[in-house]
Amino acid sequence: MKLIEFILLGFLVICAITTCLSRNLLTSVVIFMSYSLIMAIIWFLLQSPDLAITEAAVGAGVTSILFFVTFKKIGAMKGDDDEEDK
Amino acid sequence: MKKTNEKRSWDSGWKRFLRWLNGESPIEYKSSPEWHLTDEELKEKYQEDMKHAEKVHKEEENLYRRYQQWPDKKGIPLYEKIYKVFAVAVCLIVMVSLLFTVSGLMEFGNPENPVNNEVSRRYIEEGLQETGAVNIVTGMILDYRAFDTFGESHVLFIAATCVFMILRVGIGKDKNIEDEKAREQENDRLYEPKNDKILQKVAFIVVPIIFIFGIYVILFGHLGPGGGFSGGAIIGAGLILYLEAYGFKKTQRFFTLKTFRIVSLTGLLTYAAAKSYSFYTGANHIESIIPLGTPGHILSSGLILVLNICVGAVVACTMYGFYVLFRKGDF
Amino acid sequence: MAAHLLQNYYETVAVILFSIGFTTLLLHRNMIKKIIGLNIMDTAVYLFLASKGYIEGRMAPIVTGGIQDMEAYINPIPAGLVLTGIVVSVSVTAVMLALTIRLYRRYGSLDIDEITMKARKEEN
Repeated sequence: MKLIEFILLGFLVICAITTCLSRNLLTSVVIFMSYSLIMAIIWFLLQSPDLAITEAAVGAGVTSILFFVTFKKIGAMKGDDDEEDK
Repeated sequence: MKKTNEKRSWDSGWKRFLRWLNGESPIEYKSSPEWHLTDEELKEKYQEDMKHAEKVHKEEENLYRRYQQWPDKKGIPLYEKIYKVFAVAVCLIVMVSLLFTVSGLMEFGNPENPVNNEVSRRYIEEGLQETGAVNIVTGMILDYRAFDTFGESHVLFIAATCVFMILRVGIGKDKNIEDEKAREQENDRLYEPKNDKILQKVAFIVVPIIFIFGIYVILFGHLGPGGGFSGGAIIGAGLILYLEAYGFKKTQRFFTLKTFRIVSLTGLLTYAAAKSYSFYTGANHIESIIPLGTPGHILSSGLILVLNICVGAVVACTMYGFYVLFRKGDF
Repeated sequence: MAAHLLQNYYETVAVILFSIGFTTLLLHRNMIKKIIGLNIMDTAVYLFLASKGYIEGRMAPIVTGGIQDMEAYINPIPAGLVLTGIVVSVSVTAVMLALTIRLYRRYGSLDIDEITMKARKEEN
């Protein structure tokens, strides 16, 4: 059990770092979605099923969809527009 | 001008006083240094003075221009470098000090932690008898601590109202309403195909399942994991999928602005009517009229079922409302 | 100290995630990245809170089999606090994204430095 927890926590940190370092905005949001999903599994391993359901529905669902709709309004969904960062 | 500059010695003190009173001061004109120059020499001196003044003026202008341009040329790149260094330094300091704090915490998972005090003992041991809910967390947030959930539903409502104010399209006072609406419609249909068959067939099967699952999670919130928030988010996600698959016209058959208003306000006002006595009684509890049934049945736990339904309705409307306001600007 | 940090591994990872989110919030100039950084900070704090309520070897706080001892369930209080927090976090993200859309329509860019300078020039 501890091994699974360590692997999941390591994956969490890697996802967070990759979200911040990538240049394409779409990639950042997709990796953020998977970060949210791993978080939902960790809630389950901490014996709180309410939090797991809520985080899966809200974090990996509604928040990421709002990001995608924002991209569509901005016009950054074409795929080769890199908004500048750093 | 040359004036006589001898004091008239025969003036008495009284006359001198009178002269001072009337403003005729005994001016002693010093002779001006140029009184002996001729006119041409005066002109030359004037031109030299003007040249000197111009030179000084140009230097001052140069200095002023450099002062004005320093922010653009050198100030901002310097600021950016310093900002990056300081930002990384501040983050490292925060992280190191928090890690010091963590290393002084109690052991993880120890039953002797100060977190597990008499409050959680009361919630676990008498939760079932006092609230009637099998799920201790739901019983806690909707009965013992219902006031906090009251505030939180209002946070959701306020967020929906703010997004409504920011993104609503088409209520300008002038004639550009039609232009704005036409532009938004154009932006809408730009990137995706209309009537995608695969999406429609999949949504035809999946959306009823999502709705039934969401309603199950809301209604059985006091018997298993879940509750108002999770179920509301699931129903909201189902509505979003329905909207994406079938378009705006079909969704507006059952969900318009009026629906949003009625459902949100009914949910919030019911919750407020049930639980806002805490403003007056403080932490004292007032028993509700609805009797607690046997634990394990769906109609048990009194007021918790009603509150779950209210919270679930508000959350579903809010999630769907966010999506529609972002997408189209109007319900 | 390192041994104790390895023993409380949930809290350590929560602190590391918090500082990653904070760095993203400060260093990037793109508004979307700042919002993502704020969200990562939020979830890091929830991880810290929920790991304070966990006790080894006990079950989730749903009464099963009529057992009502305190020694059979984990602490339910931090779970209630985090539940409220998750919903507030999504509301804040939605309002921030709406403001980003309006800023983009008005000034034409997502870079916060450019927006500030354009706004200042319009004031003068």
